[in-house]
Amino acid sequence: MSFSALFISPFADYGFMRRALVASIALGLGSGPIGVLLMLRRMSLVGDAMSHAVLPGAAIGFLIAGGLSLPAMGLGGLVAGLSVALLSGLISRTTVLREDASFASFYLTSLALGVLIVSLRGSNIDLLHVLFGTILAIDAPALYLVGAIATFTLIVLAIVYRPLVAECFDPGFMRAVGGHGIFYHLLFLFLVVLNLVAGFQALGTLMSVGMMMLPAAVAQLWARTLPGMALVAAVIAALSGLIGLIVSFHLGFASGPTIILTAACFYVLSLLFCPSGAMRRLLPLRHRTG
Amino acid sequence: MKPVSPPVLVLDDVTLTYEAHPAVHHLSGTFARGCLTAIVGPNGAGKSTLLKAIMGQLPLSHGTIDRCGLAIGDFGYLPQAAELDRHFPLSVADLVMLGAWREVGVFGRVTSACAEAARQALVAVGLEGFEFRSIGSLSSGQFQRVLFARLILQNASVIILDEPFTAIDARTTEDLLRIIAGWHGEGRTVIAVLHDFDQVRHHFPETLLLARDLVGWGPTASVLTEANLQRTRAMAEKWDESAPYCAA
Repeated sequence: MSFSALFISPFADYGFMRRALVASIALGLGSGPIGVLLMLRRMSLVGDAMSHAVLPGAAIGFLIAGGLSLPAMGLGGLVAGLSVALLSGLISRTTVLREDASFASFYLTSLALGVLIVSLRGSNIDLLHVLFGTILAIDAPALYLVGAIATFTLIVLAIVYRPLVAECFDPGFMRAVGGHGIFYHLLFLFLVVLNLVAGFQALGTLMSVGMMMLPAAVAQLWARTLPGMALVAAVIAALSGLIGLIVSFHLGFASGPTIILTAACFYVLSLLFCPSGAMRRLLPLRHRTG
Repeated sequence: MKPVSPPVLVLDDVTLTYEAHPAVHHLSGTFARGCLTAIVGPNGAGKSTLLKAIMGQLPLSHGTIDRCGLAIGDFGYLPQAAELDRHFPLSVADLVMLGAWREVGVFGRVTSACAEAARQALVAVGLEGFEFRSIGSLSSGQFQRVLFARLILQNASVIILDEPFTAIDARTTEDLLRIIAGWHGEGRTVIAVLHDFDQVRHHFPETLLLARDLVGWGPTASVLTEANLQRTRAMAEKWDESAPYCAA
């Protein structure tokens, strides 16, 4: 098979493949850097929990709109995700439960609630769409939404980069100098939920967080500065989208999981070949004299 | 204790509790402007708790803390080292320049004067030329030096240190004690939680000896007496699950 048949014609011949490609690249550019910050804040599992929290909101949107409608479900997901983020933050500050414990309680509740709501009205097919996404069914309005969220995310990150990183690294210091760290933390949680909502049409509520965490893990293995990590994560996430779509097109795999598995392949390869990786240890280690 | 200079921090009947048990119990007293005071006491005596309350990070159960017109942002605070992620991808210069937060803020430009101040601060803590190293490559002693450089850049009139020399080698401790002495010489107020009595006797003119209740507060020689230290040991051990509620 020629290069063009492998890599070009799926996108040249099919509009839905083009839209899926643009959506997954946009998704990767926004989610990658967000994932790096989540991981550095040691909130990887919190991201996972928030992706589940999006579900009941999306399900209520699904009920109200009477079917799969991205605006209604996205709005519902945004509200639900933010409420859970805020509530569990509040609970961890006012009780002995740590933030991860309160997130876990909330997301289990949310997942059960979400599945229950969808199953009230929808079919099993609808439930599968909500849980695992339908990137090949993305239409123009959905594409604009995903693109707008990625653009907004990158612009906001650029504007609040300094306080966000400072709050991430040393929240106690920000509190001591009156840096309003909590405001930037909340803004960051808002961006996380927003990107989960963007990923949710493409990859579903359960897997949209994969577009954040796997590229972020790869980035931590390769880059040593924060801007470097953000760049690596964005590129890996976008590449995973491209390669995942091509593979799923030719082999007839479901596209969402294939994209996430592609990111997982990057992760495994990085574990082997990154500067501190397994392969490097097979070579003799050289050291300098001073 | 009769302060010769005006007060910078007045504690009036301060009680801080943990699950209704006192961590600091009815503590009153004054830190004078420009004092160099060590806070000493056994583990669980409420030393770090007191510092957190001074920094406004803990609610008081009782009493008041008067910061004498200063904002919390005028205080430089170094919490116990374990609370930071030492492998965060920041450069040494990034970390030190956080100290200039109040001048630079969220959107301000990092001026060349600020960068130069950061360089000078690194020279002062003995880390000349470390600007572009990542903080992950530093030893714990070097990391503590970098945190001191950040404090230098903060230019605070009151500096509060929570066990600054834990797990730090003798040479680094000596260098950092010299910086503390320098701050004292410039008229800044320095309050530090410490464990090494010899260090306190040599470098800190005043001492607050705490064992939940105040044991002694004043010139170090008159506070760190054998009788006081024995009282401290006896007081720190008692934790009565069913202690009656304090009437005071």
